[in-house]
Amino acid sequence: MGSLMDISSAVFLLIGSFLCVSGGVGILRFPDFYTRMHAAGVTDTLATAMILIGLMLQNPDGLVVLKLIIILLMTLFISPTASHALASAAVHNDLKPVLDNNEKVKTSNP
Amino acid sequence: MLIAATIAILVVMIMSIVRAVMGPTFYDRILAVNMFGTKTVLLISLLGFVMGRPEFLDIAIVYALINFISVIGVLHYSDSSVFKRSSQQKK
Repeated sequence: MGSLMDISSAVFLLIGSFLCVSGGVGILRFPDFYTRMHAAGVTDTLATAMILIGLMLQNPDGLVVLKLIIILLMTLFISPTASHALASAAVHNDLKPVLDNNEKVKTSNP
Repeated sequence: MLIAATIAILVVMIMSIVRAVMGPTFYDRILAVNMFGTKTVLLISLLGFVMGRPEFLDIAIVYALINFISVIGVLHYSDSSVFKRSSQQKK
C-alpha cells in the first residue's frame, strides 16, 4: 500500500513538473502576449493541481491534506480571476494581438 | 522525485524572470510576475515536504493571498489615468 502511494505520488509530481516546464518554455517562446497568457494559464491550474495532488499522496495526514486542499482551492479560484483581469485590462488599454499577415489584411477593413 | 519537482519549479521561475526582464509590454511583465508568484507557492510547499517541515504550508497559503492582491492592485493602477498619461508620454 505504501509503495503504491509512493508510485502514484511520483507519477503526479512528474506530470506536474513536465507541465510546469512546458509552460515555462511557452512563456519564453510564444510570439504574443495573449498566447503567452495561454501558456501561463495552463501552468497555473493544471500543473499546480497535479503537484498538490502529488504532495497530498505523499503524506496522508489529516491537517496537512486539509491545508493542501485549501491551497488547491484558492489557486483554482484565484488564478483564473487574475488571468481574466489581466486579459481584460490588456484589451481595455488597446493591446492588439499579433495576427497572420493575410488575416491582418482581411480584418483591418472594419 | 520531490527534489526533481523542486528543481523543475526553480527552472520555470528562472524562465519567468527572464520574460519579466525582457517583456516587450507592461502586461507581459505582470503576467510573468503572476506566474512567478504561483510558482513560489508551489516551491514553498514542496520545500516544506523536502525539509520535512509541513508547517511551511501556512506560509504558502498566505503567499497565495498576497500574490493575488498584488496582481489585482497593479492591474487596477494600470487602468487609472495616471498610468495612461505616463505611458503616452513615453511614446
